[in-house]
Amino acid sequence: MSTPTHLETDILIVGAGGAGMYAAVAAARGGARALLVDKSLISRGGSTIMAQMTVAVAVGEEEPDHWTHHLADTLKAGRGLCNGELAAALCREAPDRIREMDRWKVGWARGENGRMRQVMAPGHQLQRCVYVDFLNTGPAVAKTLRTQVAQGDNISRVSGLAILDVVVRDGRVTGAVGMNMEDGAPVTIAAKAVILAGGGLTRLYARNSASVNMNGDSYAMALRAGADLIDMEFPQFFPIGHLAPRLVGMDPIMWDPFRYKLGGRLLNGDMDEFIENYGESDSGKYTAMRDVTSYAIWKELEAGRGSPAGGAYLSFEHIPENQLRAAFGPVIDRLADNGIDLTRRPVEVAPIAHYHMGGVRVDARMRTRVSGLYAAGEAVGGANGANRLSGNAISEAFVFGERAGRFAAEDLSELGADWGAADAAPILDELAALKSRARPVDQHRDATSGKLWRELQELMWNDVGLLRTGDKLARALDRIQAMRRDDLAALQPPGDDAFNMEILDWYDLRAGLLVAETIAMAAINRRESRGAHQREDLPNQDPDFEKNQTVTLDGETPVLGWMDVVRAPRELSPVEAAQ
Amino acid sequence: MPETVTIKVQRGAEGEFLHTEAFDVPYRQGMSALDALMWIRANIDSSLAIRYSCINANACKECMMRIDGRTQYACTARLGTDGATIEPLPNKRLIRDVVTDIVPPKETLGNLLGGIK
Repeated sequence: MSTPTHLETDILIVGAGGAGMYAAVAAARGGARALLVDKSLISRGGSTIMAQMTVAVAVGEEEPDHWTHHLADTLKAGRGLCNGELAAALCREAPDRIREMDRWKVGWARGENGRMRQVMAPGHQLQRCVYVDFLNTGPAVAKTLRTQVAQGDNISRVSGLAILDVVVRDGRVTGAVGMNMEDGAPVTIAAKAVILAGGGLTRLYARNSASVNMNGDSYAMALRAGADLIDMEFPQFFPIGHLAPRLVGMDPIMWDPFRYKLGGRLLNGDMDEFIENYGESDSGKYTAMRDVTSYAIWKELEAGRGSPAGGAYLSFEHIPENQLRAAFGPVIDRLADNGIDLTRRPVEVAPIAHYHMGGVRVDARMRTRVSGLYAAGEAVGGANGANRLSGNAISEAFVFGERAGRFAAEDLSELGADWGAADAAPILDELAALKSRARPVDQHRDATSGKLWRELQELMWNDVGLLRTGDKLARALDRIQAMRRDDLAALQPPGDDAFNMEILDWYDLRAGLLVAETIAMAAINRRESRGAHQREDLPNQDPDFEKNQTVTLDGETPVLGWMDVVRAPRELSPVEAAQ
Repeated sequence: MPETVTIKVQRGAEGEFLHTEAFDVPYRQGMSALDALMWIRANIDSSLAIRYSCINANACKECMMRIDGRTQYACTARLGTDGATIEPLPNKRLIRDVVTDIVPPKETLGNLLGGIK
């Protein structure tokens, strides 16, 4: 193979959503050169741009608040498993980031008094969540950060560059290898530090929100580079994803903001309220936490009290049309285009894979255990424990992104091993081998990789999803391991150079299958129910399991371990700080 | 309501023989053109090149293409019972199938190698 294109930078940032873009800005501010890459388009490909509304932050504009209150709510939602140092950093620094975004003119919604509007969201004790109207938080945030990135003197950016692996020598990061989607050319990148900001894993589930790029890349890359993961048994299911009627041009998470502003009533197939039967109240208000609501909807469905399409009803029929329009303006017209009139009939909703609480294990400086390897945003595990509060994901993207960029820039003088082409050779060889076993052109029509993806998604949804049993998990694990070993190895992508989707499928599946295996293993090993991890065969929360599970990679085999929960530093104890 | 509809898609990369291929896709009321293209990738031909990210939200704005002669986002273009003819954007450089070069010039590898910034 000819010598690949070679790039050099101080800090390579993999993934250009909210966390990656903020990391680039902070790294450049810290005096470093940053290279920001995304396998899709910069600022468009992640899940940040899909954020509909809420960003949790104790700015206290709507009513008095303090970051320690935000921390207390975050820890409570996390069911005892939050990494207190990360959760404290998230809550303490979120106001700085939200005000910085405000100076960059993101356009947070404001009241007539000029103060930021903040809404109540489930699990928060106060009106804490800022937003951009109408359902425009994600696009506004993405545009604002894209502008900052473009203005950064030391930031280079490349869209359509898929990073295949991080290059490590003797436990130190030396860079990465990628593939340029447009022409399929391999690219080597020398970097003293790499920040993984590639988001979560929702694509592993048949029913999901967020972008197609969320297939666990950052988790898999971290594992293969020698870092460890934490809390992999805790993907979050958003309870009221849109189910029916068919709706185009809107994210399935869209009913979340409707409930923030208007309440709405959640009803089972018999048109009865039911959340009260599961220990939370929800009547006309939006207060029940996500794990409980998802569980309740699923249980109603199992009991034969589901809606026709297999979920629950969400009704706004009691809200006058002028109120609907005042709250959501043009969105009401988009709903009408889809044949939906909220004043006349309810919609159907059901749980949907939405976020991952687990992820790359980092310390408070966002460092993994591999020198020079950092993580930011949803790629980070631990801050949200067993259940994430509404609104913490965008705050986390900003705060962890800024911290990762800032600390990586500070650490640069101590980081870095010399780039050696030999270290990258195995990754380049693998790509070349994949192309050399290309299927013949006369077998052009082939959907083996598409079918493998679909099988994985159905398997994860049915057996490693919302309600789990030891038997189903074990069955799924067997199949996932066989898919990793046999099916992936048998794939024969075509040999084309330009925009070869099946080469990308192979890498996506390699990451997705490895990550799926870690979820199934961790879910089998956690012999209790807690937060988003619900075991029907082990329905109770067990104090002995108030600890975190870690995953490392031994050769190709994931290995589990347990560790004590990292608690918030004593001086940051919310009770003390509030006194 | 028909059980299937026919989707005609332009295939081939820049510099290759460009041709149209037809796929029969199961029809569901309200489905989008992107639903059909994703179904083809998942069930008939995974090599079909499409550019999309957010799937259904019309947020990422990556899935712009030519559908029945009109430039549209595939995720919001409703599929009629007559199926559809899907082509790449006519005014952008073709990369493969319905994928064109919509990357902002300052975000390309070529630009970086050219030394700007």
